[in-house]
This record gives sequence, structure tokens and C-alpha cells, in this order.
Amino acid sequence: MAFLLRRVGFYVAAFIVAATFNFLIPRLMPGNPVDIMFAQAGGTLPPEALAALKETFGFIDQPWPAQFVTYLKSVFTWDLGLSVKFHPLTVNEVLLRALPWTLMLVLTSSLIAFAIGSLAGILAAWRRGGSFDSIGAPIALMMQAMPPLVTSLLALFLFAIYWPVFPTGYAYEPEIDPGFTLEFFCSIFKHAFLPIVTMALAQVGGYLITMRNSMINLLGEDYIVLGTAKGLSDSRLRMAYAARNALLPTVTSFAMTLGASFGGALVTEVVFNYPGLGYTLFQGITARDYPLIQGQLLIMTLAMLTANFIADVLYVALDPRLRKG
Amino acid sequence: MRGLLKTLLANRKAAIGAAIVALFILVALAAPLVAPFDINQRVASPHEAPSAEHVMGATRMGRDVLSQTIHGTQTSLIVGFAAGLLVTVLGTAIGVTAGYFGGKVDEVLNLFTNISLVIPNLPLMLVLAAFIGQTGPFVIALIIGLTSWGWGARVTRAQTLSLRQRDYILAAEMLGEPAWRIITFELLPNLISIIGFNFIGSVLYSVITEATMEFLGLGDPMVVSWGTMLYHAQSTSALQVGAWWEMAAPCLALVIFGSGLSLINFAVDEIANPRLRTLRVPAKVLAALTNPTSNQGGRA
Repeated sequence: MAFLLRRVGFYVAAFIVAATFNFLIPRLMPGNPVDIMFAQAGGTLPPEALAALKETFGFIDQPWPAQFVTYLKSVFTWDLGLSVKFHPLTVNEVLLRALPWTLMLVLTSSLIAFAIGSLAGILAAWRRGGSFDSIGAPIALMMQAMPPLVTSLLALFLFAIYWPVFPTGYAYEPEIDPGFTLEFFCSIFKHAFLPIVTMALAQVGGYLITMRNSMINLLGEDYIVLGTAKGLSDSRLRMAYAARNALLPTVTSFAMTLGASFGGALVTEVVFNYPGLGYTLFQGITARDYPLIQGQLLIMTLAMLTANFIADVLYVALDPRLRKG
Repeated sequence: MRGLLKTLLANRKAAIGAAIVALFILVALAAPLVAPFDINQRVASPHEAPSAEHVMGATRMGRDVLSQTIHGTQTSLIVGFAAGLLVTVLGTAIGVTAGYFGGKVDEVLNLFTNISLVIPNLPLMLVLAAFIGQTGPFVIALIIGLTSWGWGARVTRAQTLSLRQRDYILAAEMLGEPAWRIITFELLPNLISIIGFNFIGSVLYSVITEATMEFLGLGDPMVVSWGTMLYHAQSTSALQVGAWWEMAAPCLALVIFGSGLSLINFAVDEIANPRLRTLRVPAKVLAALTNPTSNQGGRA
């Protein structure tokens, strides 16, 4: 418990640092921060909305510390202000509308990559230097050097334009009414397929290498030798003895990758015109919608911290030594 | 130093990787000489397909894609090396300071390192770039350098902590050597493989990140680089109208240059850890990849 509490304290501190960036960056730029932030807003927002927006971001007639407290208050009550680009909507509404799509892409692709990568890593480590290992590991390393931007563009061109098997945009066909129908789910699946596959490809190599590395270290341990001496079956040794413990580093890696793949989702969504956070952010950037751009930093940080916290909890569950501390 | 270079070039992977990187540097230096066409002139019909005259085809504006890629190499490499250098210097300085001095200094620096690792990099860079407005290549390099040092600091700190306990460091301390001297003459030479590894990985990461930021519309569209080429190709729907060559050229450049750097990094690691030579995959690369905030693409 103490371990988890300490972690939560750290995450709160990290979140405040992210919010501080949002607070300081406009104020540190040359020129008037209010003008910078709301240059675009003036044309689209009514004056009273603009006043509310300034209040949210702490642009009040008081010294910096008081402004900072005002801003932190907005952030912790999850009031992220109004979107300039999507005017009547708040940043909150815009982000929440996009979040489920991104979550679906990120979680599905991460789980697929985790499952395939870890299993392949176990097999590669079990027969180290064998044919699977000597082909799989270098390929995994090369895949890590491939920019997600390039894989996304390649997949889009090959499977959506050259061979138009998959659609080139949107999360589902606009003529289908959203609802619990088979047609709707098929459409979602079809539209999400390429983004998920490219995102999974970007991660699978990392899991393979992590698992393989951690397995190889464990295979030399005494308890594995003892297990072999007792005559346990290979599959039992592999999965219940070695892989069970080798999973620990992979869990941390899963959390970090999950956070990173939110970043990867940004690019993939823009390439596939997929209406998630990344695509929304892209529209926000083009329109210089500063409240929206700032809001996405907070929501991405929150996603990253949540992923890390889940990993901490899993770690405690998997590693009995942490339960006491 | 010369001995190190010699061993490095005797390694086949390193030699191939170094050849690729050297070729790119040469192309960047000689860009105005080797580029077949002027990049500011309309020299072909819009979206002209690749031919003997225009090897990589032409853009929507009738610019020669190969010439643009060659000129873009200049920008992309300068940003990559400048940002990579900044990342490495910051990461090494913070990591060594934390690891060597320990105590309160370490606690504070380590806290900042850990915080910088959990705040997602790309979204933070996007906020910075958006507020700065017109972000030219140098500003992008600065943004990348200032936000991405966390991984290097963490790895350097860990290694410094273990070196700090060695006898030769203790001996130097007992002789009354000042801290700066121990750091520069005893510690840094022994950290050279980690620093080199960090630098090459950071260059790769910076080149990819620059391209990504420019692709997302946060670069200066008047500058020619691999990222802005992709941005223009995307905004003129090059793929949708079948002009794949406009995207293929900068993508290929990214992938080939990236593979060259990766190859060098594998080799640096094999040489630094002789035990690994029999293994097909170097362990520090493994360790770096174990931590997905590592340099190869994971730090998005």
C-alpha cells in the first residue's frame, strides 16, 4: 500500500508539472500572452465566452502566483476552457468525443502486440540461437527503427488506395446509424483494422525483445535447473516457471509503451483520417486552437499516468516482495 | 580514440552503417551540386510520374522530388545532429551529476528525470511548437533537445552509480582529486559507449520526430526537409491521386538513414561489451528496447 501511495504522490506531482508547462509556456513567449492565446478566438468567440476562457487559463488581473492557483483550480476541476475551432463545444467535450476512438485503437493494438510479442519472445528465448530466434530478433530490432509515420503511410497506400480493401478515412461509414447492430460493428472493425495493425506492428518488436531478454536471464536460474531435474514438462517449465517471472519487466514496458503509443496514435490517426484525439489535435493545430492543444497535453499525460499506475498495481500483484514495502 | 575508430570500422555492421551515414552527410554537404534540378523552379508537369529525367517524379507544383529530397537531407541531418547533441549533452550532464554526487542532488535530479519520462514527449513538443508559431528547423531542434533527455539521463545515472563504487574512483577521491577532474578524466571515458549509444539513438529519434512534427503542420512550410515534403504531399492528397513517389522518396530517406544509424549502434554495443559478440542481438540494445522510452521510436 505504501508503495502505491508513494507512486500516486509522484503522479500528482508529474501532473502538476504538465499543468505548469501549460501555464508558463504562453507567458514565457515574447509578446502579450493573452493576445497569443486568443488571437484566433477573438473572431469566432463571443466576448463573454472569451472572458470566461481567460478566467479559466488564469489571465486575471493579479500577480502570477494567484494566476497559477486559478489555473490549477480549473485544471483540477477538469475545466479546460472552450475550443476555438469547434466553437460551441468545450475542449472537454471535443476531447471526450474523440477519446473513445483513440482508446480503442491504443488498447487493442497494445494488447495484440503484447500477446504476440511476448509469446514470440518466449519461444525465441527458449531456443536461443535457433532459426526462429536468429530471424525474429533482428527483424524485431529493424521494426523498431521504422518510423510509425512511414508504416502508416505505406499501409494506407498499399491496402486502402492501391488495393482498396480498406477505407481511407472515418471511424465508420457515415450512412450507417450508430447502434448495437452487426452492420455498425463490422463497419467499425473495417475502419479500425489498418490503424490497429500499423500501431501493433510498431510495438510488437519491443515486446519480443523485452520478453526474450528477460527470459534468457531467468533460464539460467537454479529453480529452472531444479525443475528440469525433477522432470517437469518443457511447456510447464517454459510457461509456469520461466515466463511467469519473466513477465515482470514486460509489465513496466507495457505501461510505458501504452503511453508512447498514444503519441503514435496521433500520427496514425492523421494518416488514416481517423476521428480520434490525434486527428482532432491536428485540426486544432491547423486552426491554432490553443486551449485544445493544451487540453490534449493534459489528457495525454493523464492517460500516461493511468497506464503507469495500472502497471504499478499489476506489479504489486505479480511481485509479492512489493506487498510488504 | 583512433584505436576505437579502427575497431569500430573493422566491425562489418558498423562499416555498413557508417558508410550509409557518411553517404547521407556527403549528399547533404554537396546538395546544391548533386541535385539535378532547382527546387524553387517548376521543372515538370504536376505529379509527373518517375522517369529517366525525373527519377523520383515530380510534386503537385511540378518540383523535382529527388532534388527536394537531396536538399531536404541538409535540413533533416542538421536538425538530427543538433538535437541529438543537445539531448546527449543534457542527458549525460544530468545523469553523471545525479549519479556522482548522490544524496539530495540525486533525489532532485532523479525526480525531474522520472517526471520528464512520464509526461508524453510528442504532445508536450506540440504545445511548445504551437505557441512559438513559425518553427524553423533550429527551433524544432531546440524543442526536441530540451524535452527528450530523460532516457539518456536515466541510463547514464545508472551506469555512473555502478562505476562510482569502483576502486579507481575511490582512489582518486582519497588522493584529493577535485570532483570535476574525477568526472572528466575517470568517469566520462568509461561512459563513452553509453554516451555514443545515446547520441546515435538520439540523432535517429530527432530525425524521425522532426519529420513527424513537420508532417503534423508544425514546421515552417517554406523550408525544404523530409518532414515538410511529407506535409505538402499529405495536404495535396498525393497518395489519393496515386502520386506515391512524392511520399516514397522522403520515407525511403528516413528508413535508410535510420537503418544506418541503428547498424552503428548495434556495433558500438558489441564492441563495448565483448561478451555479447557471440549473441546476435546486443544486450544494451535489448536493454534500451526493454525501456520503450528508448531512442528507437518509442519515445513518441
